[in-house]
Amino acid sequence: MNKPKGADDFSRYERISRNIRKTILDTVHRTKSPHVGPSFSIVEALTALYFRFLRISPETPGDPERDRFILSKGHACPALYATLAERGFMTVEDLQKFAVNGGALEQHPNIDIGRGIELSTGSLGHGLSVGAGMALAAKAAAKRYRVYVMLGDGELNEGSVWEAVMFGAHHRLTNLVAIVDQNGAQALGDTKDILDLDPLGDKWRSFGWDVVEIDGHDFAQLFSALGLEACGRPRVIILRTIKGKGVSFMENELLWHYRPPDEIEYRLAMKELGP
Amino acid sequence: MRNAFFKALEESAGGNEDIFILTADLGFKLFDDIKRSCPGRFYDVGIAEANMIGIAAGLSLCGKDVYCYSIAPFLVMRAYEQIRIDAAYHNSNIKLVGVGGGFTYGLEGFTHFGLEDLSLMRSLPNMTVVVPADAFEARCLAIACSGHRGPMYIRLGRAGDPAVHRSSPDFRIGKAIVMSEGKGVAIFATGSMVHTAMEAVRLLKTKGIDATLVNVHTLKPLDIEAIKWAALDHDVIFSLEEHSVNGGLGTAIAEVISEMGYSGFFRRIGIEDAPRRPVGDAFHLRERHGLTAEGVSDAVLKALEEAYL
Repeated sequence: MNKPKGADDFSRYERISRNIRKTILDTVHRTKSPHVGPSFSIVEALTALYFRFLRISPETPGDPERDRFILSKGHACPALYATLAERGFMTVEDLQKFAVNGGALEQHPNIDIGRGIELSTGSLGHGLSVGAGMALAAKAAAKRYRVYVMLGDGELNEGSVWEAVMFGAHHRLTNLVAIVDQNGAQALGDTKDILDLDPLGDKWRSFGWDVVEIDGHDFAQLFSALGLEACGRPRVIILRTIKGKGVSFMENELLWHYRPPDEIEYRLAMKELGP
Repeated sequence: MRNAFFKALEESAGGNEDIFILTADLGFKLFDDIKRSCPGRFYDVGIAEANMIGIAAGLSLCGKDVYCYSIAPFLVMRAYEQIRIDAAYHNSNIKLVGVGGGFTYGLEGFTHFGLEDLSLMRSLPNMTVVVPADAFEARCLAIACSGHRGPMYIRLGRAGDPAVHRSSPDFRIGKAIVMSEGKGVAIFATGSMVHTAMEAVRLLKTKGIDATLVNVHTLKPLDIEAIKWAALDHDVIFSLEEHSVNGGLGTAIAEVISEMGYSGFFRRIGIEDAPRRPVGDAFHLRERHGLTAEGVSDAVLKALEEAYL
């Protein structure tokens, strides 16, 4: 297990996650933007990646040797922007330019290497293919960087994802890590009611991937999964998560895929997220 | 034409570690030399065009120069959204090489026809669209595009296309080639139809009509200067393409001349609509749609009658 110093003390990461959630909430509330629910479900994973595992630096965002992270479920970009701001790739002023006319940040990511955004996403089912291409480029040039691609579980409805899954396994892209945010919901309802993905782990396994299934809000599990050594196959980390995680009345409520909080809800949510 | 393109590509790719070549499981024997000279840089990604474009974009974002190959409609239409976002919007260094424009695949049927590819590709941001007319142009293009930055769509014929040049032409991306200069009537043609137009020009000459022929191998960026020159100098203009009359070369020319206030006669010659039960080889289908020297010559004569009645 690859535990940080002061193992089991994840208070630093919990604090960062709290800050990120509050920034997300502020951002969507101020701009009346959607997608707070699917942003909240990936906060711990982004925290673990950006504050512990990704070999990246805001001072050298274009370093060819850097690890790449692609948010293939681009609609959750409020979480990505908040994380990038917390990590120093963006400023508070940048966040003020989210979802405003003439601003700098759309409601789906737009490639901006300087600000840490590796790919324009928003249409689902693109990220894993692009990630596979980046991983292939690294292998061809014997570079050590790794490529992480975060997908939604609903996104796995897209056939192109499975084309990339097959390609990754066939070419043994051991430097490619897929992370599936299995929050169990997609645009119009529960994934199990719309296009059942189960048994999800077995699907990936049968396609030749190394599969790790964990609680996506548990830092101990995230750290051990992300810290695993590369094996002979590409790896998928399936995160069991809660859409809207962190604010009681948003958890597992599809409404928050769409609706921004009003003034009262905003204050209640902020209170729940703590100081 | 296809072989000439890939032969030239192989010559440049062999010594360039940044060139990657992907195919979606098509091109039997076409890549044998490339496989040998580019180990680790040629991939058959499987019958998965969308994934191929995504992979190409990932490679491009990491500094590689990528060629993607398939039959034109599969390449362009199955993967259109990946092309729109991952290739065009990201301004990726991806050359999309589609073989079999128009009716090239004849007897294989409608699924294999490239009738809308130029229209689709022309409307994308950053996209360059090139249709060489013969093997000489294909070879020139393969050399010219290796230094080209950004996405490009290249529509190739298959094999056995007649030559329109005797030797390597002065081929520059974005610069039309005036094949012959006449008076009064100008024909703009692209790709396979350049040769057809040359023969039509010869037929028209026997009827006393001396037509100008402009080879528009690059549809985007369009050589606006050449079109304006022809419009100012000719009272009658035709466009000729083995493609739908909607959105391709004819539309592109119409856009230019209507905006400049052209008051002469203009007509598009191409494929009016999807053919019904199109059983036949490429020659048969071109004939049925008037895309032969006789068909074009007749269309010109008929239009001239209309224009001067």
